[in-house]
Amino acid sequence: MATTNSTDEQVAGGPADEGAAYLESTPTDLYAEGGPTADPDGDAVFTAGGGDWDDIARDVAALGAERIVVNMGPQHPSTHGVLRLILELDGETVQEARAGIGYLHTGIEKNMEVRTWTQGTTFCTRMDYLTPIFNEAAYCLSVEKLLGITDQIPQRASDIRVLMMELNRIGSHLIAVATGGMELGATTVMTIGFRERERLLRFMEAVSGLRMNHAYVRPGGVAQDVLPEHLDQLESELPLLRQGIGELEKLLLESPVLKGRLVDVGFLSLASCMALGITGPILRSTGLPHDLRKAEPYCGYETYDFDVVTRRDMDAYSRLCIRLDEMWQSLRIAEQAIARLRASQGEPVMVADKKIAWPAQLSVGADGQGNSLDHIREIMGESMEALIHHFKLVTEGFRVPPGQAYAAVESPKGELGVHAVSDGGTRPYRVHFRDPSFTNLQAASALSEGGLVADVIVAVASIDPVMGGVDR
Amino acid sequence: MSGRSSGPETPDKQPVVQETTEDRVNAPERTEDQKVSPTHAQESGGGSVPAARRAEDREPVQVARKKGMFGGSLGNDTSGYGGLVVPVLMPGEAERPYGSYFDEVVDALEAAAPEAFAAGVERVVVDRGELTLHVHRDHLLALVRPLRDDPRLRFEVCTGVSGVHWPQQTGAELHAVYHFQSITHGVRRVRLEVTCPDDDPRIPSIVGTYPTNDWHERETWDMFGIVFEGHPGLTRILMPDDWPGHPQRKDYPLGGIPVEYKGATIPAPDQRRSYT
Repeated sequence: MATTNSTDEQVAGGPADEGAAYLESTPTDLYAEGGPTADPDGDAVFTAGGGDWDDIARDVAALGAERIVVNMGPQHPSTHGVLRLILELDGETVQEARAGIGYLHTGIEKNMEVRTWTQGTTFCTRMDYLTPIFNEAAYCLSVEKLLGITDQIPQRASDIRVLMMELNRIGSHLIAVATGGMELGATTVMTIGFRERERLLRFMEAVSGLRMNHAYVRPGGVAQDVLPEHLDQLESELPLLRQGIGELEKLLLESPVLKGRLVDVGFLSLASCMALGITGPILRSTGLPHDLRKAEPYCGYETYDFDVVTRRDMDAYSRLCIRLDEMWQSLRIAEQAIARLRASQGEPVMVADKKIAWPAQLSVGADGQGNSLDHIREIMGESMEALIHHFKLVTEGFRVPPGQAYAAVESPKGELGVHAVSDGGTRPYRVHFRDPSFTNLQAASALSEGGLVADVIVAVASIDPVMGGVDR
Repeated sequence: MSGRSSGPETPDKQPVVQETTEDRVNAPERTEDQKVSPTHAQESGGGSVPAARRAEDREPVQVARKKGMFGGSLGNDTSGYGGLVVPVLMPGEAERPYGSYFDEVVDALEAAAPEAFAAGVERVVVDRGELTLHVHRDHLLALVRPLRDDPRLRFEVCTGVSGVHWPQQTGAELHAVYHFQSITHGVRRVRLEVTCPDDDPRIPSIVGTYPTNDWHERETWDMFGIVFEGHPGLTRILMPDDWPGHPQRKDYPLGGIPVEYKGATIPAPDQRRSYT
């Protein structure tokens, strides 16, 4: 009988023939009915395949099985997206936990190979949909490295990137805290988190035209300048945002119920983090102040004044504290960035090289956002060459010299790395995203095995995986 | 084929063998540091000290020949119908000193694993401020262990493996590119590039040294069909278990879209007329 835990038997491979043999073997029917089965030692194991829980409990009791395999997800309100957790339970204790992923795989990396380098931002922004600016920034940094124009990015463009990234970091952490609270049953945490994030999305929408999936950071700079009125709007919202984050802190940090659920749950030591390649808040909850913004600065982070937040308890509560504190640090950086943007108003936000920079800035017209009227007047009425140039650059794109580059940014979840390969063409030959959620989710087993089922929810929420980034 | 002067150029005409497509006459004006060559990778490493290795190793490595309609910049065919062929030249061996911390890392690795380094490291490339060691697959495991454990190296985090498919590079079609990071020594990075032929797509798994590569190697197997030998459970991870083929390979069929107009179809994205 096909059981969902039979992946264990299939994975013995390694060499090519076994891999090939695996491909030819009958695939596991993931949607098979559950029922009694036996593990390799001959002990009875019951696979819960759905249905009424009372019926399952009766069947289990009739079988006398000690262990029960439960599929949590992929459609489960507490698994943080379409994540499937395969839990082998002994009573309430998790004996073995495995994460099954791939339910949100959309082939973005493949799609990017048949679009121009600039269009790539439109795809990669959709990977980890809570950190779109980070996806775009990491991708653009890698393209700029390939082009060899990292030093030519205008200061104002870098400052805008920093501002947008830090606001996006706050938004991502707000969702991490909000959904984490919701998964524990605290819906007020969820509503406050989403309410506060809305303030940031309003600013993002005003600047880029979209609440999510902005495609705002482009190779060479950003798509659109930040205007003084945008900054005014943001600054009018910031005090309320502070208040909201303070509200969350008051609601969460000293709550005995929350501490009872989070403290000492989801333990992961520094050595385990290193072995599993874990970065971000989980790594900083072990006390190691590793943050790429400090360790390997990009976009001028070395000129900003902020602290790397760490905790030492290595549990889910530490990670919650880190996320809340990082929001305050991000606000610090955002304020410095706003001051710089006010001072540098009118400076370019795109690289000077006309062979790379898209020719037009956008503006809002009666029919929505589009090329600015001045630019349209120039290409339609004044310069045929400008029209040809615009057309060639937008349809054909620019060429990137052959080679490969790796650029990494500190996303709210950890190190987001982009490995970009060019063959000298107008399209990426290969772009690989090292998404932090993908790597960090490997720790789900280590975090939850030996604990209770209820702690699995806490442990996974403390990783804060976003399946759009995990599956890409 | 005597009528060279009459008639339009045919698409299948063999082009003149060209060393470079750089068009020095018609190139747009740029400052020296803005220079972007469309066929040659930019090499930022290198110096004046002669390296011990042979000079021909330092030549750029051709990994593919692109055929297309546009993109040539020799200036003699702007019609787009000349059957353009462009060599894809990746950066070649770098000369000492490599600059930055690269010499230190390479020396430390050589000292930590002398035999494996001599036999296994095929090329040291410094390009765009990044260090790449091209490593033979037989010696990969002997090199990654000291990379993690030697106190002078201490690349304790592997940030995954990424596959690249160069179908025209006979005998080394599939590349597995590993990125390593050392937190101990500030953030230092080194990249190992390992190749394997398409008919024998095996590369030893480094999960024993870097457990984080468990999922990364499964993804690379899933997407490229590289078999990581010794991996504890090499199964598909993103695609369904019964999926045929490996989607990120360049020869993976993408499929067109049938449209209801006189039997016409929209070709697959990689088959369409393109500028690339």
